[in-house]
Amino acid sequence: MIIAEQKPIQEIKAMIASYQKILVVGCGTCVTVCMAGGEKEVGIIATSLRMALRLDGKKPEITEDCIQRQCEWEFVDALKDRISKVDAILSSACGVGVQALAERFPDKPVYPALNTTFMGMPEKHGLWIETCRGCGSCELGRFGGICPIARCSKGLLNGPCGGSQDGKCEVSKEMDCGWQLIYGRLKTLNQLDQVEEILPPKDWSTDRDKGQRRILREDVYYEQTV
Amino acid sequence: MAEFEPKLIAFCCINCPSSSVTVCESMGMSIPTNVEVVRVPCTGRVDILHLLKAIESGADGVYVAGCSDGNCQFTDGNVKANRRIERVKKLLDEIGVGGQRVEMYRMSAAMGPRFAEVAREMTERVRGLGPSPLRR
Ligand code: SF4
Ligand code: SF4
Repeated sequence: MIIAEQKPIQEIKAMIASYQKILVVGCGTCVTVCMAGGEKEVGIIATSLRMALRLDGKKPEITEDCIQRQCEWEFVDALKDRISKVDAILSSACGVGVQALAERFPDKPVYPALNTTFMGMPEKHGLWIETCRGCGSCELGRFGGICPIARCSKGLLNGPCGGSQDGKCEVSKEMDCGWQLIYGRLKTLNQLDQVEEILPPKDWSTDRDKGQRRILREDVYYEQTV
Repeated sequence: MAEFEPKLIAFCCINCPSSSVTVCESMGMSIPTNVEVVRVPCTGRVDILHLLKAIESGADGVYVAGCSDGNCQFTDGNVKANRRIERVKKLLDEIGVGGQRVEMYRMSAAMGPRFAEVAREMTERVRGLGPSPLRR
């Protein structure tokens, strides 16, 4: 899922301070699960902002809502009435949700309450780690199901850098060495011979190099006429 | 000018701290009247939003009274509450209200006088800080 974290209150305040009526909109999917921008966090952000602005002598009307998914039009459209009554929107979804609101409500300013950070999962309760960089051409099959692009600090594809110590990456003791994990897993699977094969430079053309990426599926595509 | 009397909210676990309220009362010790006690089944139930809303609604200070270390009936509700208190302190500092207005206290059922002592301790601290800037 997409992992995000809340921006500092003062940064959010600076973006919305000039508006009187603000709707804070959360998202009930990824950012709810990573406890950054769901219904509860919308409450925390809105309450914090009300207090911070009151200290500046302002009394804005900050209302709260949370929809199931901010990255799908049918959920976003349900906000139409509420959004028509406010001066600005503060979205606590990932960047995709923020942009969906901006596109659907072109006459309303939309601001992000979160920093969208990476694709990953909770390793423990309260600890999230990045596990995929969305390179567009998945090679997990060669690496025992552990991604060296996301989980090796140097993104090395042909084995470790040599700096790993006690299973930790030389870049930071807090990170597991991605290659140690790959090695361990391939060993368990009896597939260590796989790391002996030298990989040619990866074809990065499926990554960001050609600009915004898109996937068009003719079998499911149709022009919406709503 | 009359001395400032802080309004405090105490979220209090129904186990140890509430028993200590009873012990306090049976010993004839009074709980300061400026403290509004909200009983909760476990301090693990106290959420960040409860604490923020109390401050937003005009409390000068808020504290959570939980069971002593290792004595939570639900294993670690008091530890979880403690972590939330730390987050709320940071948030209130960021907001500009001041994190010192919230605190976590731990006490056992046998520590009757401790409840009254904590209430007075927190009252003094908040008196020193003055009224919540949200009420000024
Ligand atoms: S190889 Fe690419 S698509 Fe596969 S997990 Fe790694 S970054 Fe993601
Ligand atoms: S120590 Fe491991 S994870 Fe870190 S850069 Fe080297 S190979 Fe990659």
